[in-house]
Amino acid sequence: MKDKLNKRIIFGASIIALMAIVAVFAPYVATQDPLEMDLSADARLQAPSLEHFFGTDSLGRDVFSRMVYGTRISLSVGFIAVFISLVIGISLGGLSGYYGGWVDGVIMRLVEVMYCFPTFFLIMMVITFLGPNIVNVMIVIGLTSWAGLCRLVRAEFLTLRERDFVYSARVQGVPNGRIIFRHILPNAMAPVYVSATLSVGGAILVESALSFLGLGVQIPTPSWGNILTAGKNYIDYAWWLTLFPGLAILVTVLSFNLIGEGLREVLDPKLRESRR
Amino acid sequence: MFVVMHLAPGDPASIRYGLNPDVSESARAHFSKMYDLDKPVLIQYLLWMKRFVSLDFGKSLIDDRPVIARILARLPATLLLQVCSLLVIFCLSIPIGIISALKRNSLFDRVMTILVFIGYATPTFWLALLLILLFGFKLEWFPISGMSPWYTAYLDSFARCKDLLWHLVLPVAATAFGGLAALSRYTRSSMIEVLGENYVLTARAKGLSERRVVMVHVLRNALLPIITILGLTLPALISGSFIFETIFAWPGMGRLGYEAIMGYDYPTVMGVGVMATILTLLGIFLSDVMYAVVDPRIRFGKRQ
Repeated sequence: MKDKLNKRIIFGASIIALMAIVAVFAPYVATQDPLEMDLSADARLQAPSLEHFFGTDSLGRDVFSRMVYGTRISLSVGFIAVFISLVIGISLGGLSGYYGGWVDGVIMRLVEVMYCFPTFFLIMMVITFLGPNIVNVMIVIGLTSWAGLCRLVRAEFLTLRERDFVYSARVQGVPNGRIIFRHILPNAMAPVYVSATLSVGGAILVESALSFLGLGVQIPTPSWGNILTAGKNYIDYAWWLTLFPGLAILVTVLSFNLIGEGLREVLDPKLRESRR
Repeated sequence: MFVVMHLAPGDPASIRYGLNPDVSESARAHFSKMYDLDKPVLIQYLLWMKRFVSLDFGKSLIDDRPVIARILARLPATLLLQVCSLLVIFCLSIPIGIISALKRNSLFDRVMTILVFIGYATPTFWLALLLILLFGFKLEWFPISGMSPWYTAYLDSFARCKDLLWHLVLPVAATAFGGLAALSRYTRSSMIEVLGENYVLTARAKGLSERRVVMVHVLRNALLPIITILGLTLPALISGSFIFETIFAWPGMGRLGYEAIMGYDYPTVMGVGVMATILTLLGIFLSDVMYAVVDPRIRFGKRQ
């Protein structure tokens, strides 16, 4: 049993590690300059070959090299966006669960509003008005994806704050801030790790969808999403422009989800019992 | 829930109005004046709220038609697509979940678990592209875009329906896919949980047929969490409509919203936003009603 869950995490983590290495050393991994164009007729839209692993696009650029650089975008958007939503989700969820009362009321209404609104439309709108670039994409994805985390942290805080060790800390006169961060938060982190790992994958999906619609990373900077956009017009002929970037997104998100699920099984004792 | 219903249109609205100056800067001065864009943001917001009460979203900045008319013209196409997708999700995922739960660790269950995992991770717009590539171009089974092309005007109503269904296949497949993975997963885990309850044991001990135990005793109790998830998939479906309607050139509200955003057509963006929120709230309201239908405890709970 134990081996099986470790396998998931190891499998997912090794793929992500590989991706991270590719992202960091992109200039060395790429076989060609991702921006270098070759507009001569036989250089454009070449099928995959040994020279161009994933073929070339309509401007004669090497798709493999573009995807290598795209790894940077996807991973950094994933991590930074989730970091932002973690900060917001944990602080609001913690406040809400610890203090209760009207604080809880206000924050929970806010969460419900976030839940009800079709987030993707909100993101599209804000990005358009702020101007599409990678920094805005990270910030906006982070600002719109904290609601689930917030609920999770709140629920943990609600049960933990009634526990004896919190009472004893309070009786000893430990200030609220210290109780929240030192006593409760570490105990509430297990489900947060799981949820955060899963949402890295989610953020990467949103980024690629935005770039695909032309609202994310702007051309000529390569990202998996905008390679797909470029391939859309040649879909009946240049299948490699559509297949490979999508597969890259799929594998990356799948790896994050595998790590998340693996973590869930390791960290959640209830689930471990029921699986046995 | 009702508090939210009043809160929701106001709050996202103010977020967007905060960004408004960008728009008026780019617009010519008299143009701004015509649409009250020269007034302070707060005044604009109040004016908008005043008109919103009577469902008047103003006129489109592009073609000067009332926003509400533009939206209503596009709404049926979106609703058609969403309702069909929901039906597909329902009809496929619940049986899949039930069978997986009843035959845990069987070949079917394992294959489905892997498929669901992949389903979660698939960028659905990419799936849409693959569908177009495979069924549209390679096999040429289904049309790849649009809803009712020009020639449908010359067909009788039966042929027109058939053509419409034909055009629906790919968009519905793409739209339903994400929800399918999620819902079948939740059905499975919810069923497994209920299968372990004592009353299921009692029902079996009474000698009821396995079919009756599963369909009446287990499924009914397992449906509650499933309905919650269904309510939550609605915002996702509507979010998805912005992408899929653009890819498949489906003449619905999502594409209208996308075009409006791209053209900085401010009143239309607002209108679509509000309409999408209303649809979502409607969905959540319906799932609340379904709760009461499925679970008598909720129906009677309030009276005691």
